[in-house]
Amino acid sequence: MASQKAPLAAQMIDVNKWYNEYHALRSINLEVTRGERIVVCGPSGSGKSTMIRCINQLEQHNSGTIAVNGVTLTGDIKQLNAIRQDVGMVFQHFNLFPHLTVLENCVIAPMTVRKTPRKEAEEMAMSYLSRIHIAEQARKFPSQLSGGQQQRVAIARSLCMQPTLMLFDEPTSALDPEMVHEVLETMVSLARDGMTMVVVTHEMGFARKVADRVIFMDRGEICESAPPEEFFKAPKNERARVFLSQLIH
Amino acid sequence: MDLINTFFNWEVLVRAFPILLRGLGYTLMLGCVTIVIGTTAGLLLCLVRLYAIRPIQLLAIVYIDVFRALPILVLLILVYYALPFVGIRFDSFTSATLALSMVLAAFTAEVCRAGIQNVPKGQFEAAASLGMPFWQSMRKIILPQAIKVIIPPLTSNSISVFKDTALASVVAMPDLLKQANDAQAMMANPTPLVGAALIYLAILWPMVRLVGYLEARNQRATTR
Repeated sequence: MASQKAPLAAQMIDVNKWYNEYHALRSINLEVTRGERIVVCGPSGSGKSTMIRCINQLEQHNSGTIAVNGVTLTGDIKQLNAIRQDVGMVFQHFNLFPHLTVLENCVIAPMTVRKTPRKEAEEMAMSYLSRIHIAEQARKFPSQLSGGQQQRVAIARSLCMQPTLMLFDEPTSALDPEMVHEVLETMVSLARDGMTMVVVTHEMGFARKVADRVIFMDRGEICESAPPEEFFKAPKNERARVFLSQLIH
Repeated sequence: MDLINTFFNWEVLVRAFPILLRGLGYTLMLGCVTIVIGTTAGLLLCLVRLYAIRPIQLLAIVYIDVFRALPILVLLILVYYALPFVGIRFDSFTSATLALSMVLAAFTAEVCRAGIQNVPKGQFEAAASLGMPFWQSMRKIILPQAIKVIIPPLTSNSISVFKDTALASVVAMPDLLKQANDAQAMMANPTPLVGAALIYLAILWPMVRLVGYLEARNQRATTR
């Protein structure tokens, strides 16, 4: 469906990364088209997080090319800040700003970076917060919320920058089991709205439900990339088969 | 009785009091100016130490090491008595401000560094991922969190440097100690010195208590 002319939301060409001797990403090629929902899975240490963190350059790659919304990353910090404004990220440990209220967490970036007037920023924040059923907690501090609520606030905080692409780095891994659901629900509704998403997660139910494509990584490589039906039914890659069988048992 | 007449001579104290007050004025001014300059410079120095390019970082490290190691009195005497040999001449107030600020900056830089490094990496990443430029994320996100940890040792450093203002009497600055000492010589009685000591105490004791209170409050906040 995606038109050929529209730039890719993100593109990685032959990207490599080393941590000293350790080859963390091996020749990664990835194209994320607009509106696409990609789930990235694989054993721990396989480079999933490193890969998505390269997209907004929280990790720097050592070779290869990365482009976001058609703009090739040059390493220039001004360019990078501009790109990061359009790429939301949700972290495993939420990383909310503990000294700011929920509402302040949501408006600080639009106000300081986009120069949105406070009133407008707060209205937008409240609309996102009510969508995730947290509006009544807007004046509380993050530490007064449950883990699931905090992670939903973190999602709202990212959305307040009106990103074109959202990266999720194991958003439910640090949550108590009973709170995973509420966060996934928020993510599903985001996906339904057509947000472009790259999600590192072990939640295979989520992958089945919303992913257009599942990417399996192991030892720094993309081993398989397939629609979820294909991937879960008959993975072509041997390591993916082993990984899936371990998840089921 | 003799003891009281010698050390706590009321008549002498009353006569010396205006002189002591004048000295106190200088001491307060020197202390406050030093704390403002030293703390600001220390914070900047700390940011250079943490985030500048490598060669400049190294310069900052050398500066911090040297000025933490050098006795303030030695530095003060160098500034006041040695610099004139190369044509740089400062009055006693400027010399004292300079020497004290340079040392305070070095200590402040280390305190600030500890405070900033105490902020979890995720906070830097979250701010960066929202596209916030370095200075904005420092000002709005990192420093407000670091400040809680920084305040008690910063206050403690300020107390130290305030006490060290007494060294300025060595370069003939008419500060509290110098005035007390002169009055003592003039009146041939040590009561003004005791008076000066009591004034130092009156100012600094509450500050010392404040540090204790702040530390206790932080302790409670972290264990909660």
